[in-house]
Amino acid sequence: MQPTDPKLRLVDLAVEFAGKPALRGITLDVGRNEILGIIGPARSGKTTLLKAINRTLEFIPEARVRGAVLIDGEDVYGMRNVYQLRRRIGMVFPLPVGLPLTIYENVAFAPRAAGVRDRAELDRRVESCLRQAALWDEVKDRLHHLGTRLSGGQQQRLTIARALSHEPEILCLDEFSIAVDPVTTMRIEAVLRELRARMTIVLVTNLVHQARRLADRTAFLLNGALVQVDATERIFSDDPGNRLTQAYVSGSFG
Amino acid sequence: MTSPTEAAAARVFAETAQGRRNRLAETAARTVFLLMSVVMIVPLLVTVGALVYKALPALSLDFLLTNPSRGMRAGGIWAPFLGSLYLVVISLLIAAPIGVLAAVYLNEYARDTWLTRLTNLAVVNLAGVPSIVHALFGLGAFVLFAGIGRSVLAASLTLAIMTLPVIIASTKEALGAVPMAFREACWNVGATRWQTIRSIVLPNSISGILTGIILQVSRAAGETAPIMFTGAVFYKAIPEGDLFAYGLFDQCMALSMHLFTISTQVPNVPEAVSYGTAVVLLGTVLSVNALAIALRYYLRSHQRW
Repeated sequence: MQPTDPKLRLVDLAVEFAGKPALRGITLDVGRNEILGIIGPARSGKTTLLKAINRTLEFIPEARVRGAVLIDGEDVYGMRNVYQLRRRIGMVFPLPVGLPLTIYENVAFAPRAAGVRDRAELDRRVESCLRQAALWDEVKDRLHHLGTRLSGGQQQRLTIARALSHEPEILCLDEFSIAVDPVTTMRIEAVLRELRARMTIVLVTNLVHQARRLADRTAFLLNGALVQVDATERIFSDDPGNRLTQAYVSGSFG
Repeated sequence: MTSPTEAAAARVFAETAQGRRNRLAETAARTVFLLMSVVMIVPLLVTVGALVYKALPALSLDFLLTNPSRGMRAGGIWAPFLGSLYLVVISLLIAAPIGVLAAVYLNEYARDTWLTRLTNLAVVNLAGVPSIVHALFGLGAFVLFAGIGRSVLAASLTLAIMTLPVIIASTKEALGAVPMAFREACWNVGATRWQTIRSIVLPNSISGILTGIILQVSRAAGETAPIMFTGAVFYKAIPEGDLFAYGLFDQCMALSMHLFTISTQVPNVPEAVSYGTAVVLLGTVLSVNALAIALRYYLRSHQRW
């Protein structure tokens, strides 16, 4: 089962760190307005896959990338303007990072870096992103307080607001709920379901049930290789059609 | 009369042999550390106390604002004081921007290649080179080869070369203290390295950077060797009270050199004059250090994570 008009395509994507393979030839399509769940045990290459998409792997000198990552058919490794590329992608990593700026500046940072100077436009984006991240009501009266002083769960929502602030086409989340309480996790999951109408979402998660709740399709990675990608119902059914997948989602190993 | 419960409690909470050993070791360690701290601080207090006591008869505003006179046996320290000020300020104006920019490059831009590693190694080693070696380098490179001659400029350049590696090292340390996660968060939203440095890295490392630079003031002010061959002279009278009395290509007096001269080269200098000079030198250095501490404290209280 493959999307007919993929937003994001990985074609035989392989990554090595100083000669040690981290991803071994992943071919995977993500459809428009789809939530693709990626599950797999630690060190299976999930985070590396996300970093290959927005080319932040380039900050790791010993990383070597082969294969292609296509967004709307265009190879990101052939793009001249890498900053432009990164603005088309929102990234949320496991640990919340409030930049040492005010809450307002945290969200306005990316638009400003992209050259937005108009105050009204910045105000509009800050409010809309904080609303989308389910944080607005808690911080609207203290936008000019430090983002780093928020609680962990609030900072993670601030991180999500920042990832949305440059109006990305693809949102990648890497185990976003690790540092977040269950109630906040549920609120963010509701947000993601809404965002799906406007963007493509890649959701890496250690919680197989989170993938089950949210993802349209789910991919299972193991040791840097793609074991299976299929409709979420099938992956989590009694017979996903793959022995390893079944063992992993039923908790027999991993 | 103790009840059975109390007796049981007393047994439970009685000190074991191990607990007693731990307690004694703890006391011993604490005492040794305290003693060492005292040993360190007592000589400092005694030195400063003795200096100030012996210098008291000489100390006055006039002492600061008049030139040495009668073969440096009387008068004040205006010429050397202003000279030291020139040397310190000019050397820092040269070393601070170069050092900070170099450190930003090494810490934020440079990839981990053999050349970067060699540069870092060179910085660390240069910071440990004795000042007399810098002096000879300054003499050869600036005074003779570049043809600047013995002057304020040549001496300042020599001091700048001496302080540069330390400024680079301290700036790198300050930059390195900014968590990597902040940079990654910026890169992930499409910020360039420079945008990241300007808006996140520098504002949050400025306290460490400034402290590192200011601490080099005291080093530059205190060194004699690097300026002895390159621009400082035994005696040179300048107009009193004129802040612009020295030109870049003039030779100058300097406090550290002056102190060396009057304590070892000139007979019969009144005690108060040499001690007064020492106190002014020490006072300048200590107040600059105090400024560094105050600045660090102020900026720390504004730390944003």
